[in-house]
Amino acid sequence: MTKVLTNSGLQLVLALLVAPLVSGVINTLKARLQTRRGPSVLQPCHDIFKLLRKGMVIPETASWIFSAAPYIVFGTATLVALMIPMTTTHAPLSLFGGVLAVVYLLALGRFFLALGGLDTGSSFGGLGSSREMTISAIAEPAMMLAIFTVALGANSTNLSEMASAAVSQSWRFLAPSQMLAFAALFIVLITETGRIPVDNPATHLELTMIHEAMVLEYSGPYLALIEWGSAVKQLVLMTLLVNTFFPYGLSADWSAQAVAVGVVYYFAKILLLACLIVLVETTNAKLRLFRVPELLMVAFILGALALISTFLF
Amino acid sequence: MGVVVWPSSSSSLLRDLIKLPPLCAIFALSLAAYVAGAFGSLASWRRPVLARYLCCVAGLVGAILGGFAAVLGMIRGTAAAWSIPSGIPLFAYSFSYDALTGFFSMALAVLVGAVSVYSFSYLKEFEGKRNIAFFGFLYHLLLLSLTVVFTAANAFLFLVAWEVMALAAYGLVTFYYEDRETRRAGLLYVIMAHIDAGCLLLGFALLINASGSAEFATFRPIVAHLSGAQQTAAFVLFFLGFGIKAGIIPFHIWLPAAHPVAPSNISALLSGIVIKTGIYGMARIFLDLLGGVPSWAGLLVLIIGVISAVLGVLYALMEHDLKRLLAYHSIENIGIILMGLGAALIFRVAGHPQLAGVALIAAMFHTLNHAIFKCLLFLGAGSVLHSTGTRNMEELGGLIRPMPITAFCFLIGAVAISGLPPLNGFVSEWLTYQSLLAGYRATGGLTRILFPLAGSMLALTGALAAACFVKAFAITFLALPRGALSRHAHEAPRTMLIGMGWLTLACVSLGLGATWFLASFNVMTEQLLGQRVGASLITNSRLVLSAGTPRGGTVSTAVIAIGLFVLLVPSILLVSIGTKRFGRKQTPVWDCGLPGLSEENEYTATAFSKPLRMIFSVLYKPRREIQAVFDVSPYFPKEIHFQSQIEPTFEKRLYEPLREFIFRFSRRMRTIQAGSIHAYLAYIFVVLVLLLLFGVHK
Repeated sequence: MTKVLTNSGLQLVLALLVAPLVSGVINTLKARLQTRRGPSVLQPCHDIFKLLRKGMVIPETASWIFSAAPYIVFGTATLVALMIPMTTTHAPLSLFGGVLAVVYLLALGRFFLALGGLDTGSSFGGLGSSREMTISAIAEPAMMLAIFTVALGANSTNLSEMASAAVSQSWRFLAPSQMLAFAALFIVLITETGRIPVDNPATHLELTMIHEAMVLEYSGPYLALIEWGSAVKQLVLMTLLVNTFFPYGLSADWSAQAVAVGVVYYFAKILLLACLIVLVETTNAKLRLFRVPELLMVAFILGALALISTFLF
Repeated sequence: MGVVVWPSSSSSLLRDLIKLPPLCAIFALSLAAYVAGAFGSLASWRRPVLARYLCCVAGLVGAILGGFAAVLGMIRGTAAAWSIPSGIPLFAYSFSYDALTGFFSMALAVLVGAVSVYSFSYLKEFEGKRNIAFFGFLYHLLLLSLTVVFTAANAFLFLVAWEVMALAAYGLVTFYYEDRETRRAGLLYVIMAHIDAGCLLLGFALLINASGSAEFATFRPIVAHLSGAQQTAAFVLFFLGFGIKAGIIPFHIWLPAAHPVAPSNISALLSGIVIKTGIYGMARIFLDLLGGVPSWAGLLVLIIGVISAVLGVLYALMEHDLKRLLAYHSIENIGIILMGLGAALIFRVAGHPQLAGVALIAAMFHTLNHAIFKCLLFLGAGSVLHSTGTRNMEELGGLIRPMPITAFCFLIGAVAISGLPPLNGFVSEWLTYQSLLAGYRATGGLTRILFPLAGSMLALTGALAAACFVKAFAITFLALPRGALSRHAHEAPRTMLIGMGWLTLACVSLGLGATWFLASFNVMTEQLLGQRVGASLITNSRLVLSAGTPRGGTVSTAVIAIGLFVLLVPSILLVSIGTKRFGRKQTPVWDCGLPGLSEENEYTATAFSKPLRMIFSVLYKPRREIQAVFDVSPYFPKEIHFQSQIEPTFEKRLYEPLREFIFRFSRRMRTIQAGSIHAYLAYIFVVLVLLLLFGVHK
């Protein structure tokens, strides 16, 4: 019991600190690739701290749902971060929620954020909520198919078991099914984190924005909670991707040395994945909203192919 | 099996009543409460207030007694059966009370309790306007027939109860008979109800023919002697019969027509429990009496489940009539239940009783959960309708301020039906996922691919349901009121809130306490599948739910709920830093420089579902018409009319041609029914001769 609590505390601190950094790294790398200097890597952290020390402006039309949504977004994202193996194969709360709980908890956060977007009565909020719920619904089957492919290989939906199974066959990612599932999940990652070509996190243009439209009326500490929660969610999805397919450096115990090695490997893997995201973001243009389903259909077919190839090979 | 056969002489009835086992006595008392309610309210038809009291109090008493009997039946290891001969061949008042019966009776009791309390205030507006006595009569007749449907152990008793249920439901659906829409919906309902009753009659005739008796107990041994064709025919007939009642696609068209037009407390019962009689029938016939169906049949149930789930939620998304939207979600959830049931049937034949048990528990738990949250949502919609007088979401909005408690209850129902943790819908969907994943390991051949694919479609369903309930809750309860109707809304009366609160509590406690509840499925799986499965799902001192396989998936809704509460602490601390120094300021919403934001700027339900209408345009075939009225230039229109509709594919492509065919056929038949009495006498004579010849020949 105490071990679970201390491990949870450690992983919570790690996730909360690393998550904004990852966003910062992606922004800086993207700027460098576009031959700009770009903001500092710490900029998202500065933003969050600045927002936390500001006052709040609440729309008159909003009800308690508007105020509850940031807490739920932040709570679900951080809770999910404790269910996912980061530096060792044992996630602190892995027993209490596997990959299905992760997906559905993130959906709970999204549900309330979409309600918060609609609560203000502004059309931007409704627009963002509508698009966010639509795109995430279309992304869901692709995500589940890819996850099922991995889960069937590991014979468990428990993330620690999945990570252990991956560790025991560390070259498994070369199997066609795993590669296809990785590709499908990567597209879902781009979609769920609202990056180009699905959504542009840097814009506030009403015709294109999705996530930003939903949170348009939030300010101050509430906005900080949402931004921080979204960063943690992004980190969780990236971790899911790197640790289930490339389990290098994951050890089975919580000894100081193992954790240190795990942390170094973990940072390296996340950095590589961030580079991949940056490459995709820089080399693609944002898709029209109604082209996004086609992209997600590709992900779904990749997932289905992944599943069929587990069956064949 | 303890069988009590009552002697037909009524002199010893009292003595027998005293000797009855408690389960039987409580059950009989609950039936008596419903009978008393039915005739009591009918007798007091001149005094509507008394009729209302009688109707609600008798309903509540019957529900409490029925609930006691259900709990006794669920925990009792063996089935209790008792029978009263009727004197008519093949027909007897036979009842049997096993765990499956107990489970469905419990769902019934939970719902009837809530609805009866709710109706106490809800029926008040009928006083002086409508016939409460007749309403109470039909209401109790429906409850009585439902109770008998779940307990009958004789095919004819079952069919009679089934028919009474359909007719009572028809009377209640057409309670607002002045509306043309209501009458049409009622007609459609009664036609479909009779098609399903016809299928069941044929199905039972097949079994009775083979066994020579109409008692359910005599069906079990004869299954082995049925030929392949007979088994196929029995499966198809029962699946059609129960499937139409459950509202599976493509036989669903009556459901979104009939459920919304009934009074809301009745809609809640219809969607909550009446369609579940179809699920009960499938479980009773396929798993218990037939002892399993061929694996293709299980696969068919699974596939129909997937289709119903996905199409049901897609049609729900396009609705902006709050009650029709909920009715379409019933089709979706029946689909999810059938996914579990189909998996259970497949595993049963493949020889995996443990997996079949998990799948059956998933299906049954979702049945109960859906009964509870759908009843809750319909009661919530009923409160909205009661307070504003409209079901059209485009005229609602902002109701969270005048109706905070209704809004909270509806929100809990919406989260639960979207399958989001930590509420009860999540637990049963999680179990469904686990049994589908297990199906991939447990079966061979190419069909195993279907299981994870079905799982991904379940994911799509869940995510679309979440989108739909964001729409339903937000457009109805949040932001600004969209019309005068919702501006003058008021909170529902207290007993209506108590009815909804009870179901809200049930949603939360079945979600957080799922591990405590699921152990009660032990007896049911033992009776139906020969293995106690419920307890194997629970590990780590009743805190963690597992998939029943070693090292498989685990989840704990209780820990998730605690975790969310604990993580609330840091976020509240973080927020308080900022608000302590600068406080919260309430300002108008940014209006893009327009003179103030009004309800006309708000997103509507139609707008919310527009992206999905575009994406799934293959299915919807949407049409829209825009007319602009202008004086000088089209760039400065005075008013714009917008009309958008989707094509009701099943109605247009399947039922329209069918109706045409039936009408054409009937017109042909008219020639032999010319109204001449001589011709009719001749027909009777010819038929008589043919029958005699047939009898002699045999």
